[in-house]
Amino acid sequence: MDKSSIQKLLIANRGEIAVRIIRAARDLGIETVQAHSEADTESRAVLMADEAAVIGPPAAAKSYLNVEAILKAAKDTGADAIHPGYGFLAENAAFADAVADAGLIFVGPSGDTIRLMGDKAAARAEAKKAGVPTVPGSDGVIEDMEAAAALAEEIGFPVMIKAAAGGGGRGIRIAHDAEEFRTLAPQASSEAKAAFGDGGIYIEKVIERARHIEVQVLGDGEDVVHFYERECSLQRRRQKVWEEAPSALLKEDVRRELCSSAVALAKAVHYKGAGTIEYLYDDETGAFYFIEMNTRIQVEHPVTEMICGVDLVGEMIAIAGGGKLRVSQDQIIREGHAIEVRLNAEDPSNNFMPFPGVVGELLTPDGPGVRFDHMLYPGYAIPPFYDSLLGKLIVWAEDRDKALMRLKRALGELKIDGLPTTAPLFEALLESDELRECAVHTRWLEPWLDKNLDLIRQKGGSDE
Amino acid sequence: MAKHEVKSPIPGTFYRKPAPDQPPYKDIGDTVAKGDTIGLVEVMKTFHEVKADADGTVSGFPIGDEEPVMAGQTIAELD
Repeated sequence: MDKSSIQKLLIANRGEIAVRIIRAARDLGIETVQAHSEADTESRAVLMADEAAVIGPPAAAKSYLNVEAILKAAKDTGADAIHPGYGFLAENAAFADAVADAGLIFVGPSGDTIRLMGDKAAARAEAKKAGVPTVPGSDGVIEDMEAAAALAEEIGFPVMIKAAAGGGGRGIRIAHDAEEFRTLAPQASSEAKAAFGDGGIYIEKVIERARHIEVQVLGDGEDVVHFYERECSLQRRRQKVWEEAPSALLKEDVRRELCSSAVALAKAVHYKGAGTIEYLYDDETGAFYFIEMNTRIQVEHPVTEMICGVDLVGEMIAIAGGGKLRVSQDQIIREGHAIEVRLNAEDPSNNFMPFPGVVGELLTPDGPGVRFDHMLYPGYAIPPFYDSLLGKLIVWAEDRDKALMRLKRALGELKIDGLPTTAPLFEALLESDELRECAVHTRWLEPWLDKNLDLIRQKGGSDE
Repeated sequence: MAKHEVKSPIPGTFYRKPAPDQPPYKDIGDTVAKGDTIGLVEVMKTFHEVKADADGTVSGFPIGDEEPVMAGQTIAELD
C-alpha cells in the first residue's frame, strides 16, 4: 500500500533468518546489505543480498554481537535501517538505542520496550496490570530469602527459581520442598550474578502438565492486532523442535480470551513491531498463564504466516519505516493448520551431537502447502561457530491430519547429504499416536526420545 | 620439536579456560597426564573437552584462546 521510508536495510544476523529478511525486504522494494563475519562469506544470505559488509572474525562476540562494527557497516554502506533477526542483538535494548542514536531505524520496538519486557519481573508486573493471568509466584524480584521460602510454601511445591536476567531456559532451578528451596535459592542468585551480572531471582509455581502456547502480535505503537496462537509444546532441553498453528486442542472461548489478553498487554506497552506473548496452558484446569514476551520475530513465525496469509517480516519492516498497521483485526482470518519442524545439523541418534559438515547432494521438498526456509546449497560448508539451525520445513493443509500427512510426504522428498540432521527425529515422531492425538506437553518429548532411540536410528539409517 | 601433538577431533572455537574468569586448564611448562583436559572446543554452542592422549610437558599452544580451530588441528604440543 504505502511505500516504506526505508531504502536500504542492513541485516545484522545470519543463517536462514537472514535469507528470510532479504526476501521480505526485496518484496517491499528495499535494497539489502548483509552484515557478516569472516566465517560467513560464502553464506547464502551474503550471496543473495545486494551488498555485503564484513563485521569481524568468526566469533559472534566479535562480529554479530559487535555493535560498533555493525553501526559502522550501516554507515559505510548507506543503510538507513537495521533488522536484528532473532538471537544475537535482537533483544538487546542498548543496541536498539545505539541504532536510534546513530540516526538509523531499528526494525523492532524501542530500547525502552525491550528493556521493560526483557526484565522478567517487570514484564510480569506489566502483564498483571493489563489483566493478563500470570503464574502464581513472587511479585517481582526476591530480596529476602526467608520471605521467599514462606511464599514458596504458600504457592505449593514444586516451585521454579528463575534468574530475573536469564533467558532461553538458563538459570532455572526446581525446588521440590522447603529444604531444597533454602539450598537452591541462594545458589541460583549467586549463579545469576556471575552469569548475567544481576543476582535478582523470582519464583513461580511449576505446572506439571503444561502446553507452551504463544500469541503473535503486531503493533504500530498505537494499534495492536493478533494473528492467533502457535503451540510449541515439543521441546528438548527447553528448545522448541516442532511448532504448530493453531493449537489443536484449544477451545474457541479460551482462544478468544488468550488472544485478547495478548493484545491488551501489547497495547499497554504501546508495542511497535512484531512480538510474541508466551503462555503456559495448564492441560488439567484449562487455565493459561503469561510467561514472557519476546520482542522480536521468532523462529517459528512461518506457521502463523501460513494460516493467516500474512508476511510478518514484511509487516514489521513496513511498520519500522513509519507505516501504520495495514490490517485490522476483522481482516485477519485463520485457515487450516500449519506445522514447522526445525532441521538442525545435529545427530538425533547420537545425543543430538552437533555436526557441521559440507552439504552434498541437496533435494528440497516442494509442491502444494510446502515451504522450506533454509540456508543450504550444495557444497556449502556449515560453519561450526553458530547455532545448528539449518532451516525449517513448514507444511500447511486444510486440517491437522492432512498437515501431518503432508509433513510425512515433504520429509520423504527432503535429502541433505553430507551431514546428519534432525529429519529422522520428525519421521519417527510422525509414528507417535500421542502426537497424532496432540496428547503432548512441554515435558513429553524428552522421555519419548529415550524410549524411541531405536526408531530414530532406523529412520536415520535409510539415508546412509 | 614437540614429541606429541594433541589434536581437536572437532571444528569450532578453542578455549584454554573453563570460563572467562578462570585460569587456563594448562600453561606452557605444565606437566600433563593422559586424560587431563587441555581445553574446550565449542561447536554450534555446545562445549566439548579436549583431553591429552599422552603424558608430557606442554611446550606450546599453536592456537590461541578463543580462536577458531579445524578438526584434526593441533591445539597443544607436548614434550
